Amino acid sequence: MRIRTSAIAALTVACAVLGVGLLAGGHAQGQQPEQDLSEKEIERYRAMISDPMSNPGFLNVDRGEQLWSLKRGAKNVSLETCDLGIGPGKLEGAYAKLPRYFADAGKVMDLEQRLLYCMTSLQELDTKDVIARRFSGPGRVSDMEDLVGFIANKSSGMKIEPQISHPKEQEMLSVGEAMFYRRSAVMDFSCATCHAAEGKRIRLQGLPDFSKPGKAAQETMGSWPTYRVSQSQMRTMQHRLWDCYRQMRMPAPDYASDGLTALTVFMMKQAQGGEITVPSIKR
Amino acid sequence: MNRIKTCILVASAFVLIAPAVAQSPAPKVDPAAVEAFVAATWKSTTGEWRARVDQDETQKACTASNNEPTGVLFDQIRDRESAAVVFPADGKVLGDWKKGAQVAQRGTGGQFTDQANTYRGGNCYACHQMSKAEVSYGTLGPSLNGYGKLHRFDAAEARKTYAKIYNSMSVLPCSQMPRFGHNKFLSEEQIKDVVAYLYDPESPVNK
Repeated sequence: MRIRTSAIAALTVACAVLGVGLLAGGHAQGQQPEQDLSEKEIERYRAMISDPMSNPGFLNVDRGEQLWSLKRGAKNVSLETCDLGIGPGKLEGAYAKLPRYFADAGKVMDLEQRLLYCMTSLQELDTKDVIARRFSGPGRVSDMEDLVGFIANKSSGMKIEPQISHPKEQEMLSVGEAMFYRRSAVMDFSCATCHAAEGKRIRLQGLPDFSKPGKAAQETMGSWPTYRVSQSQMRTMQHRLWDCYRQMRMPAPDYASDGLTALTVFMMKQAQGGEITVPSIKR
Repeated sequence: MNRIKTCILVASAFVLIAPAVAQSPAPKVDPAAVEAFVAATWKSTTGEWRARVDQDETQKACTASNNEPTGVLFDQIRDRESAAVVFPADGKVLGDWKKGAQVAQRGTGGQFTDQANTYRGGNCYACHQMSKAEVSYGTLGPSLNGYGKLHRFDAAEARKTYAKIYNSMSVLPCSQMPRFGHNKFLSEEQIKDVVAYLYDPESPVNK
């Protein structure tokens, strides 16, 4: 029985190798030579910037650690007793299981919604300023980006575990999927216009396929939050979705709104089992 | 050889199985519930921008049919969108190909971070190959290199192309391509310039 299993495994590997060969052949044939060169250059650039020792995103992680234990708000307490889903103050692996349903709030929340909830309920902090600085910019640090960087980093090396057992989580998954395919605005775009086929590009930028579970979704969701070289800032999934809707010519979605969490639930479902390595660094 | 055959068989089995696994769909949801989430997500959006959130009849039909309308629905969309195409009053659909190159290249305008008067580009290269000289092109749409030549620089074909850019769904219901004229994203002049970029024998598209 064991021999048989390994024979099948060997055959599978052989097939995989052959399959990759076939795919690579087809790929090369359909491409312009200059295209291959551009893609190689982009790959080289990616390899160059993805050195963790020189990733400025880790400065956000350090700041986030300080913010987590900083006493503030009317109650002058830290966030250290905030329950991110696996128990008060527990951080290791919490991000891998978000978004999820929180009984105390009666709803499904992503990390940013949950942090705002804890700031309001535990610290009695007026979150107006924190929300105003939700996205960092020149001369403007973002507590949210720092905290997400710190907390997400505590799930680095772990696998994405989408939480979809609670009826509210199932509802969010369905709503998220529906929103993914919903066409609107002056371009008639939905998320699926760009992210529902394999191996497509906008200009030279590769587009991850979220229409089915697998590698593209895993690699994408496993690498957010990320330090974006082009913006010189740490960015979270909230920012990424905001940026997508900008490019779709939709109005700006409200920060930490339930629709964005629904979309995140759907994308995390497609990314199930993907390894989290964050903060990453991207173009 | 046998081994390769087996591999191909095994591989095809995976191909057949894969979509079945992929389509373990989320539980059905009431469209009204989805719209409630959409409304909450753009709660702060007001004024002219608000209209972008709501779907028109065609967007609704395309979303509901997963962009594959059939039978009567297909005809309904095509007829409705065709009727909405506005051709230039003088019937001339060919503008200036050099200006068309700019429309095809530029991807600015219409974003919430733009000013109302920011130049609006067609951003054709985001999805299509056009001139061979431009290597930075996307692949969501087919290559349009040699487009005019392929259509024999024919005047009637150019008119069809104008309609396609003005309203892609007048040609193919639920096309992924924006309805540039219909949604007033590009002006009549810009569309004419892009048609010229595709059809002028001097245009790099046809070189």
